[in-house]
Amino acid sequence: MHLHFVDYLIIAIYFLFVLGIGFALRGRMKTSDDFFLSGRSIPGWITGLAFMSANLGALEVMGHAANAAKYGMFVNHFYWLAAMPAMCFVGVFMMPFYYGSKVRSVPEYLRKRYDEKTRTLNALCFAVMTLLVSGIDLYAMAILFQRLLHWPFGASVVASAAVVAIYIYLGGLTSSIYNEVLQFFLIVFGFLPLAILGLKAVGGFAGLKAKLPNAGYAHTWANIWHASQNPMGINWFGTIFGLGFVLSFGYWCTDFLVVQRGLAAKDMPAAQRTPLIAAVPKMFFPLMVVLPGLVAIALDPSLTKYLNGRYDNALPAMLGKFYPSGLLGIGLTALMASFMSGMAGNVTAFNTVWTFDIYQTHVNPGKPDTHYLKMGRLATVFGVAVGIATAFIVLRFNNLMDYLQLLFAFFNAPLFGTFLLGMFWKRTTAHSGFWGLLCGILAAATHYSLYRYHAIVYPTDMAANFYQAIYAFSVCVVVTLVVTLFTEPRKEDELVGLVYSLTPKPRNQDLPWYERPGILAIGILALCAVLNIIFW
Amino acid sequence: MGLDIRLPIGIIFTIYGVMLIIYSLVADPAIFVSSLGVNIDLWWGVAMLVFGMIMGILAFRASHRGGT
Repeated sequence: MHLHFVDYLIIAIYFLFVLGIGFALRGRMKTSDDFFLSGRSIPGWITGLAFMSANLGALEVMGHAANAAKYGMFVNHFYWLAAMPAMCFVGVFMMPFYYGSKVRSVPEYLRKRYDEKTRTLNALCFAVMTLLVSGIDLYAMAILFQRLLHWPFGASVVASAAVVAIYIYLGGLTSSIYNEVLQFFLIVFGFLPLAILGLKAVGGFAGLKAKLPNAGYAHTWANIWHASQNPMGINWFGTIFGLGFVLSFGYWCTDFLVVQRGLAAKDMPAAQRTPLIAAVPKMFFPLMVVLPGLVAIALDPSLTKYLNGRYDNALPAMLGKFYPSGLLGIGLTALMASFMSGMAGNVTAFNTVWTFDIYQTHVNPGKPDTHYLKMGRLATVFGVAVGIATAFIVLRFNNLMDYLQLLFAFFNAPLFGTFLLGMFWKRTTAHSGFWGLLCGILAAATHYSLYRYHAIVYPTDMAANFYQAIYAFSVCVVVTLVVTLFTEPRKEDELVGLVYSLTPKPRNQDLPWYERPGILAIGILALCAVLNIIFW
Repeated sequence: MGLDIRLPIGIIFTIYGVMLIIYSLVADPAIFVSSLGVNIDLWWGVAMLVFGMIMGILAFRASHRGGT
């Protein structure tokens, strides 16, 4: 990859704008609600694109391109089977509880629905998980810096972390969300030419199919029936239930990183539309991520020509191969934008959960609001500092996607069980939530140890993660059910606004049809079904 | 929240668009071998410039109507 002056200039202008947005918003952060929730004032299209962008971290972009090179179009399941139904579900059914109950974080909802100990358990797990994930983006960004500017890894990590820390410190969630919208457009404009040039190079879609090392690479569903027939080593049950249900709903419906974007929306319809607006670009993202991965493997089946022996190089290698100077600067800016938006999403979610659910609840309650605003800024710096430390942990792992799905299978999968029962079954008791969640996490830990010590064997790490999620979720649900039967239910009037059957439905009759969440969701799922059939 | 995000997006895409267009005209055409002979900098520069101008115009109109 040879960079010219124009490429460096493009990257420098990007950094200038990202920091500039932080400075422009500095004076507007007056209360903790401004800092952590953007004063609940942002229009739906902005929170929607930020929702999408916060999810577009290093793993999403580089990781799925790598997976596509390794496993073929099977990776589409992460989008069309996993993300679409879950994003529609959170928008239509769950956002009314999150937004309507006026909670400031996902753990705070758990306190209202269950009790303090459930919330604290979740808050601690989430804080740890977020920091472990933020290191991945930092690591990926630092590797890029190292290659481009030839800075040492340590200096690259600190420099990229500092930029994110500054703009969040100054402008809080608003700064993060606004930057995510800018980053979203840069990502689209940076990667779209790759799809066009890549397809042209291999002779269109037909040419791509012919050049793939294995005909199965060109299918999403055709090889799903037996684990031995598809490269990921997972059959239809593991895929549909593990990925399509537990892992995806666990992530999209309960991960505060994405839910927080909806909470910043200006009103209930905007909050409900947030994940639905995000779902539209998400649906077409395989074009920008999976396709370059497939082109990479079609052009370099032995991984020796461009990929340098590693699937993770698929996306940067294709940028370097196809992009001339000028556009290369835009492509690298897009990569950096994706890392920064992913990292910033983690940091804003962390500082909120830390400040409200841990610090204000257990360490130092009852202080004036400005105290918590200050703490939020401090937590931003602290969170980024720990992120730097985790970047060095990540350096020791060789497969990033497995690392991430492992964390999700530990924490998000059982949490989704707790949410599902809490939101849709009013009988679920306060104690049951805590014990279900705890046992679910322990089940994940047990499964993980058994797998590590080869007591259980799976064809791939990804298969192990899917099944770990299924076990953790099932244990959580069963324990919650059993404990519920032996404990006292809560009074129904305490659960209004928290449980589906006791909450008045949001009235959308006066909205035009294209703003109604239910209609949007049906449209998205129909379009998604068509894509599944085309690329069957 | 006061700041209309379409404005900075409009400005940065306009700058990038103009930069790519100028660079595509002065650069050695040999660099476009990698993009399969297509002067992609020119085409994509135009696309980014158009997008930047649309965003800028939307932001400008909103600020003059006094709404968002």
